[in-house]
Amino acid sequence: MKRGILLLLLVTLAVSGCAAPAPSGPPPAFETGVDAESWVLVPAGEFLLSRHAHETLIDYDFEIMTTPVTNAQYVRYANEALAAGKIEIAGEELVGPYPGDAFHGERHEEEIDAGNWPLLTLNHTDSRLTFDGQTFSVKPGYESHPVTMVTWFGARAYCEYYGWRLPTETEWEKAARGTDGRAFPWGNEIVVENANYHHSKDPFEPIGTTPVGFYNGAAYAGFQTVDSPSPYGAYDMAGNVWQWTGDVYEGTHYRFMRGGSLLNYGYDLRVWTRNSARPDFSAPSTGFRALRTVAG
Amino acid sequence: MQQIAARFKYLFCSTRGLILGTIALMALTVAIFGMLSGPMAELGFKDVVERGLGMTLLPAEREARIVMLYHTLAMAAVAVLVYFITDLVPMNRREQAGINATVTVGFLSAMIFGLLFAYFGHNFVFHGLFIFGQSLVFFAGLMLAAALWPWRKAYLLPAGSEYSRGPGGISLERTAFFVMAVAMLISALFGAIPGAFFGNGFESFLAEDVVRDPVKTNLQLAIIGHLHIMLSLIAVATLLILSRWIDFKGRLHKFAMPPLILGTIVLSLGVWLLIPIEGLAHVIIYGGSTLVLPAALFMVIYGWRQLIRDRMAALGKTSWNFFQGLRAMVADPIKFGVLWQMVYMNFVVSFVGIFMAIKLDEIIRIWPAREERVTLTGHWHILATLIATILLLHYADYIGLKGKVRQWFGWTIILGSNLAFAAMTLFQTKRLYVTETGQEALINTTILLADIGLVMVILVIAVFLFARLLDLFRPRGRWAEELAQEESSREVGE
Repeated sequence: MKRGILLLLLVTLAVSGCAAPAPSGPPPAFETGVDAESWVLVPAGEFLLSRHAHETLIDYDFEIMTTPVTNAQYVRYANEALAAGKIEIAGEELVGPYPGDAFHGERHEEEIDAGNWPLLTLNHTDSRLTFDGQTFSVKPGYESHPVTMVTWFGARAYCEYYGWRLPTETEWEKAARGTDGRAFPWGNEIVVENANYHHSKDPFEPIGTTPVGFYNGAAYAGFQTVDSPSPYGAYDMAGNVWQWTGDVYEGTHYRFMRGGSLLNYGYDLRVWTRNSARPDFSAPSTGFRALRTVAG
Repeated sequence: MQQIAARFKYLFCSTRGLILGTIALMALTVAIFGMLSGPMAELGFKDVVERGLGMTLLPAEREARIVMLYHTLAMAAVAVLVYFITDLVPMNRREQAGINATVTVGFLSAMIFGLLFAYFGHNFVFHGLFIFGQSLVFFAGLMLAAALWPWRKAYLLPAGSEYSRGPGGISLERTAFFVMAVAMLISALFGAIPGAFFGNGFESFLAEDVVRDPVKTNLQLAIIGHLHIMLSLIAVATLLILSRWIDFKGRLHKFAMPPLILGTIVLSLGVWLLIPIEGLAHVIIYGGSTLVLPAALFMVIYGWRQLIRDRMAALGKTSWNFFQGLRAMVADPIKFGVLWQMVYMNFVVSFVGIFMAIKLDEIIRIWPAREERVTLTGHWHILATLIATILLLHYADYIGLKGKVRQWFGWTIILGSNLAFAAMTLFQTKRLYVTETGQEALINTTILLADIGLVMVILVIAVFLFARLLDLFRPRGRWAEELAQEESSREVGE
């Protein structure tokens, strides 16, 4: 009897503990209808920054991409920039130039020298991009998913190539929450229909990104989403992938990310939540979006 | 009316009753507020509890709410330690009653009004009563330190004593209690002072969220030091309580007490120096910890050896082989368990912490901050819970749990908690073994195992508390026995 109970327990563990492996074929194909090439305007003015709601002024208008940069967009950039000689292949990596950081010798600070730094690792098993020696392409079905496995250098190089830049943390937060101090881009509560986060039951679970703009109120194969843009109309400002921001702070080599990802609990998707990593870090849950200033 | 008065006397005037009531309150708090985050929130319990109890949970206040929750639980845990100390360490009966009464009113006020303020709207009268309660607990600490004064003539040890004895005959064990109490009082100020600046230059934060900030304010450093040293001193207090309970003495006791006293002082000094000399302070802290750990080791060696001897003496054996000795050692899960949990702490807390410190820049800081955060929060949650299981096992021994209930209670807590802690250690260090893409199976398995372990522990505590609750309705229940026992031992003491 006791052995039977033990055996049953072990079988239960084996069955419930070992989740199905990540699917190797194409993901479910859903068209969200949100244009990844579009930008949203964030007008100049004050807003409430951080969990403590500090009144903060951004005295210029700017535009931020409506969605994170997609795999298709990054492939287009990589092929163009590679052909133009702006970036190059070095061993197993795509690399690009970076002017380096000022070093202050603080505790735990590491030097980031001028030189070529990795933008992404070629043909990494976790990447949705492939490289055949000449050309980059997207694994079928992932074109409209956010690009991942890109380093901070890779995100910065993309923006710089087009004359844009990464948003600062302050700009990112304003774009995400607007001026009323809300905790999430859509309000103060989070439900699984708002965003892609840990066990949010989307069709790409357990570990898949969702196509950009997925949470737009549409239903996908029975999964009903709630339209969840930021007050300015930007999508995916919470969940799906962490987003690199552009600040380089004195005394640290870390770069900061915002937004939370598919791997985090809902509370990590609050707009002020920070993550950080070395600038050469890349992960399947890390992406970015670009910002451009508005003339005049 | 007399019946109610008798039960009131048991719950508020006897050590066993006070501890039972405090454990019950802590269990209730954990049961309710544990539903608000992690897997329980994911399963939908958060919404039920939030709506059912009419909580007001603004997302921006989560960190501050958690800080208040930790403080309410910490106050209750400190009260339990105080009850044990006033009962185990020789002191005047009036001192004991005064200290217990003050700490009880203090922790109840802090717990009830702290939780009401944090989770049910912000009535600032409640906040005031939360602070008042904590102040009373601090005041009880002052009274305790005075009662523990080791140079009192009545508590000096005679020459040739089996216990660790210092110059002039002072008891080094009593001195260790005194040093721990004073260190805890000073360390409490390191939290109280930044708290006093709240809204005036200080904002609430969780330490794990600022570890990578290149610049931390003095108030932030004080808080980080405060939370680390308070938990460390709770561990030292637990060690000393067990030492007294098992009647630790002899050569190992003499080896253990001096480094324990010195280690407690050095460790505390290291933390207090965090603001002016952050880099060097860490070295001092490591030095203090290195002195404290051997004291724990000596006590475990003594305790287990004594367990074997007592068991063999009871069986009438004068010689035994290794396996017979091992069997004798584990025969009583409660007595074995309190010491085993201290050993197990090394595998799931100390060694992991040392590894993280040594490999910080090489491994941990290569991970994104959220991964480092998981290791940090896992680390101290395990430590805090492990200490709680030690105190629970000790309490079971203290009230004289017997027979099969003793076996079930002891083994369920040991096996359940060890399973949960091992699983959580694997979870928190998962990035050492799996990538993000391959982590789902490991996460699901470790969370499931941790849940099984925790449910085992929670169930046995719930059954135990329910049984004790029912017992209170019996006219001559166990509570009456315990009360009578304490009253008679007091008479003997007087």
